[in-house]
Amino acid sequence: MADEALTKYAVLIFERDGNDMPPEVIAEHERLPQRVKEQGGRITAGLALQGNETATVIRGDLVTDGPFLETKEVLAGIFVLEARDLDHALALARMTPIINGGVEVRPLIDFAVVEED
Amino acid sequence: MLAATVRVTRDLDLAEEAVQDAYVQALRTWRARGVPARPGAWLTTAARRNALTARQRQRTLAAKLPLLIIPAEAEPAEAEPAQAGPAGTAPEEADDRLRLVFTCCHPALSIDAQVALTLRLICGMATPEVARALLVSESTMAARITRAKKKISIARIPYAVPQRAELPGRVGAVLMVIYLLYTAGHTAAHTAGAGDRLTRDDLSDRALDLARMLRLLLPAETEVAGLLALLLVHHARRAGRTDADGRLRLLEDQDRDGWDRTLIAEADRLITASLTAAPPGRFTLQAAIAALHAQAPTYAATDWPQIRLLYDRLLEIWPSPVVALNRAVAVSMSDGPAAALVLVERLERDGRLAAYPYLPTTKADLLRRLDRPAASAAAYAAALALTENAAEREFLAARIAALRPEV
Repeated sequence: MADEALTKYAVLIFERDGNDMPPEVIAEHERLPQRVKEQGGRITAGLALQGNETATVIRGDLVTDGPFLETKEVLAGIFVLEARDLDHALALARMTPIINGGVEVRPLIDFAVVEED
Repeated sequence: MLAATVRVTRDLDLAEEAVQDAYVQALRTWRARGVPARPGAWLTTAARRNALTARQRQRTLAAKLPLLIIPAEAEPAEAEPAQAGPAGTAPEEADDRLRLVFTCCHPALSIDAQVALTLRLICGMATPEVARALLVSESTMAARITRAKKKISIARIPYAVPQRAELPGRVGAVLMVIYLLYTAGHTAAHTAGAGDRLTRDDLSDRALDLARMLRLLLPAETEVAGLLALLLVHHARRAGRTDADGRLRLLEDQDRDGWDRTLIAEADRLITASLTAAPPGRFTLQAAIAALHAQAPTYAATDWPQIRLLYDRLLEIWPSPVVALNRAVAVSMSDGPAAALVLVERLERDGRLAAYPYLPTTKADLLRRLDRPAASAAAYAAALALTENAAEREFLAARIAALRPEV
């Protein structure tokens, strides 16, 4: 299937607190791109965020300690997924290793970067 | 026709436009050349061709606007010229309908949006009609439908029947929408002026049609049969729910001769098949309970022990406090009101039903049967404070008056 037929989704990983990832969760994350590929999708980027307490917030002119929103569940990581449609994306996102939280799946606007020749 | 056209466009707005254009073309062409042999097929073909043309235009834009829907599957063959035979064979039409149902009832949409889209796109109701039926303003409804369509398009909610593994859950979501539609029609809350009538038959009729359609489309799903059976029993009894003045009548006071025996028999056949075919789901169990009521010669002569057993099983798979309350009513009839009062008071302490008027109503009825009129009247008054439906309020007020003859 041509890449144009795939839609990009962000999978936002929310966890309850900033505990370090247990080794088995890290191992699961390392296996994830291959598993997604086997299911006809593709992970094009993946990032884990450092703990909540390391965040710094800029709002207007003011710089303060973070995070931006005080919630019980914090953004812990994010990856970009290409899938055929929402059902496909949800099936793939379901494979995300989660400690004590969940994921949010959001379609992305793809600002195609035009490289200058 | 809309369903068939969406398959081509993968875009609801575009499909609706294509369908409308097809009607305009029909008016023009048919007036000049006469009505074709198969007007439905003619319209579908014309709508599809319009959609394809429109999509070609869109395809050109697509390079610049990546958010437009692009079909995930292989291109369908170019549409045949109009009047060129079977544009949509029956099974294909059925598949299209089913896909549209699963798109409209996708769990990624809010339940309000699911209900609205179902009425708008599957039942073909106009937006103002949908707004009136669901008791919201036209602008609210238009915004709700637009938002939902936007999400379908941007998040790419698929226009497809879910995979086998996901099917039971997704069917459950569809059934929930149909059930909500039926109950919205059955008991209209007292809001926005339409509430004084206890039933909005139109909405209930639509829900029943949808359940029948789904039953044809998914014959292997026993819960679909269960829901259809449940709605049939409700529908069979709807004539007896209110008296000539539109006042609510309790099940025990209803004229059982007014119930539609044909519908009840149809429901019974569905239930028997569903109960034996698989571990029964919630709608099948609810239907079985309703059917036992419908088949009993009188309220007192109802098979209460059997109903209680069915409630026990229902509560296992669906541990909801509302189910527990209904089970308490069955217990009151099989084991006596004192045993039931214990259950109701436990539910009161649980607190989840604090705003649910049928909890104090049930308690009041048990207390009345236990010959405690003062406590009973107080419970009816608590129920009155929680009820908005005019017919139900009138009923509760009458009960209170009857318990306090000396006042």
